[in-house]
Amino acid sequence: MLRRIRTAVAIAVIAILTYGFIDFAGVIDNPLLQKIQFGPALLSLSIVTLVCLIAATLLLGRLYCSVICPLGIFQDLFNWLSKKFDKKKKYEFRPERPWLRWGVLAVLVIAWLCGFTFLVGLLEPYSAYGRMADELFRPVYIFGNNILAAICEKFGNYSFFKVVISLKSVTAFVVAILTLLVIGHISYHHGRTWCNTICPVGTLLGFFSRFSLLRIRIDKDKCNHCLACQRKCKAYCIDSKNQTIDYSRCVDCFDCIESCKQKAISFGPVKCGSKSADTDTVDESKRQFLKSSLVIAALAPAALQSKVTGVKDTRVPMSPPGSISHKNLLNHCTSCHLCVSKCPSHVLKPAGMEYGLGGIMQPVMKFDEGYCNYDCNLCSQVCPAGAIKPLTVEEKHKTQPGRVVFDINICVVNVNRTSCGACAEHCPVQAIHMVPFQGGLTIPETTPELCVGCGGCEFICPVKAVHIEGNPVHLEAKAPEQDEAIQTQDFDFGF
Amino acid sequence: MDRREFLKTLAAAGALVTVKTSGMMDVMASTVPSGSQAAAADNADLAAVMNGEPAQMLEAAMKELGGIERFIKKGDKIVIKPNIGWDRTPELAGNTNPDLISALIKMCQDAGAAEIKVFDHTCDNWSRCYDHSGIEAAVKKAGATMVYGHEQSSYEKVEIPNGKTLKNAQVHKAIIECDKWINVPVLKNHGGALMTCAMKNHMGIVWDRRAFHSRGLHQCIADICTYKPAVLHIVDAYRTVATNGPQGRSANDVVLTKALFASADIVAVDTAAGKFFTGINKNIKFEDIEHIPDGQKLGLGTMDLESINVKRIKL
Repeated sequence: MLRRIRTAVAIAVIAILTYGFIDFAGVIDNPLLQKIQFGPALLSLSIVTLVCLIAATLLLGRLYCSVICPLGIFQDLFNWLSKKFDKKKKYEFRPERPWLRWGVLAVLVIAWLCGFTFLVGLLEPYSAYGRMADELFRPVYIFGNNILAAICEKFGNYSFFKVVISLKSVTAFVVAILTLLVIGHISYHHGRTWCNTICPVGTLLGFFSRFSLLRIRIDKDKCNHCLACQRKCKAYCIDSKNQTIDYSRCVDCFDCIESCKQKAISFGPVKCGSKSADTDTVDESKRQFLKSSLVIAALAPAALQSKVTGVKDTRVPMSPPGSISHKNLLNHCTSCHLCVSKCPSHVLKPAGMEYGLGGIMQPVMKFDEGYCNYDCNLCSQVCPAGAIKPLTVEEKHKTQPGRVVFDINICVVNVNRTSCGACAEHCPVQAIHMVPFQGGLTIPETTPELCVGCGGCEFICPVKAVHIEGNPVHLEAKAPEQDEAIQTQDFDFGF
Repeated sequence: MDRREFLKTLAAAGALVTVKTSGMMDVMASTVPSGSQAAAADNADLAAVMNGEPAQMLEAAMKELGGIERFIKKGDKIVIKPNIGWDRTPELAGNTNPDLISALIKMCQDAGAAEIKVFDHTCDNWSRCYDHSGIEAAVKKAGATMVYGHEQSSYEKVEIPNGKTLKNAQVHKAIIECDKWINVPVLKNHGGALMTCAMKNHMGIVWDRRAFHSRGLHQCIADICTYKPAVLHIVDAYRTVATNGPQGRSANDVVLTKALFASADIVAVDTAAGKFFTGINKNIKFEDIEHIPDGQKLGLGTMDLESINVKRIKL
């Protein structure tokens, strides 16, 4: 029964959460399930979310890993598939590898402290899943939609619309493919090994789940050591011989409960005595954590060095409005790409080396496919990690993530002596506007203080004579002066 | 079919009520009996109307031009092409007035159009433009079809044999496939072209607009107008972005001009609108709006308003 509920909730959660990533039509503007993910909540220090998740883990164990974490649920899907193809699939008990778990976590903490957030984002499970959803599942979904739209169009029905499928970033695409292959392989063959050796969230929650109030219990009197539960346990955490369970690795999948013919396994409040059995391992893992921290701390300067020598684009990249500064983005963003998938104009793209090594895959504004809508603030609303702080539309109008740069030597008006004005036409604040030039022509003139960095000018300019240069720390855009309203009543047909 | 009939009756009734309340019974009385085919010679070549609401001015203009039936036939597949370029509300006049579009759709439906499609290749994000302009809602409510123009597969490459600079372009299939289309621009200031109106509105039927900008905007605008001329051009000048166009910074750039110009001659209608516009924004000289004479040179129409039958109506 518990297993059925777990499965049902998990399927619903992954379906809704995935839809949040692949929904190109903006049906759900502000997906909720993305806001309760542990990794982003930790980086944004969303105290409420963190306290709730930790409290839930102290109460129920790592249920989070089975019903909230999309990567966990995704692995269960592979695991389920593997059982379909291999009916005799069996697991065994394996001892915990605390050194590896806490070592990975320590590396990530240090990497983060050194501004190498890329690594954190790479392994943070929700973000790893988000990238797969955005780079891999979304194009497939859009492809299906486009076929449907094409069919409907043939019959004169315009209810569906086509959407362009484009590769947003080679890096992010490759990373997503690799994540899929690695996670798919591990979960197909080795159950939840990833979650219990590499996953930083698994390690952190595993620390709390040791003390959980409700947990899987083995009734030692009923148990006949048949190993049925152990063979079912994809977390390799049940030691049937000794009738013990490693609660730091148990993800509350409840598969064991159903496997037990003796009805010796149940989920309920911890009994006295069983707690003390665990204390040794807790101390041991703490010790391991400290040890590995020291080792990694010694390596930290090297990591720092690599950040400094990272190749940079000659242009200053532009981080999304609301991200405050490159530094703030770097410190908080786990590259889940929810903002990338939500951006209606396809302006936000996963970065390559624009922000340096540490910021690979974090969102950067690019104007190849479109420009940032003046009145749109979606990316700032959806960010679960506080990397892009929420902005109202009015606040966004006053934010300057970058500013316009104009090169008259390339401009078609100057070079070809023809009229153009595409840049000024697209500027919502007239930070670039047309002024009289020669012989009735008009040429762009910029007022960079007004610029909101939307990139409309850069997008439309036929010769790229105008572009936006990012502000590493966002500035305030000056409010455009309001012209006097034209009061004239003095007009007629004029012909 | 019931619903269509119902809408038609509703539209007819609505039009009648509008006419009555606006005290236009005299115009009705004088034009309706003589508006038959016999009086075709009296039909105006260009109608200019001021001081009315969009639907009302359309009604008056079409009466002068001899009714919509002069331009479209029963069973025609029609495309109406407004300007929906910007993520702006109707009050800011960045786009064609939605009330005018509704009224025109109803007119075409009454004339027996078999199919009415409406689209634009927007500049700002298309779904926001379609939504905030009020046009998508107006079109759907009136029972016509809103077609998408944001995606390259909706466009097909066509030859423009009469173009001077622009020899080919990717044009929206709705325009290519329709029997007739009606061009419904909004009159605005434009940073590059100085004024945007009927000719400039053609940039919304093509996909790659950057080519226009890099190869000489005015000539390319004139060239695209030779591709498949619209049967009728109806200029919405109910509200006019007089400065900081084509988007306008705020409501301060918008003048409530309450005017409408209609003609089958694109050069004449842009000339009329241009002269009207330069009367509002006096900093712009009509002579500098080059694409209008460019269009005349290509034989698209005449700038000489004296040579054609112009009707001026003040409601």
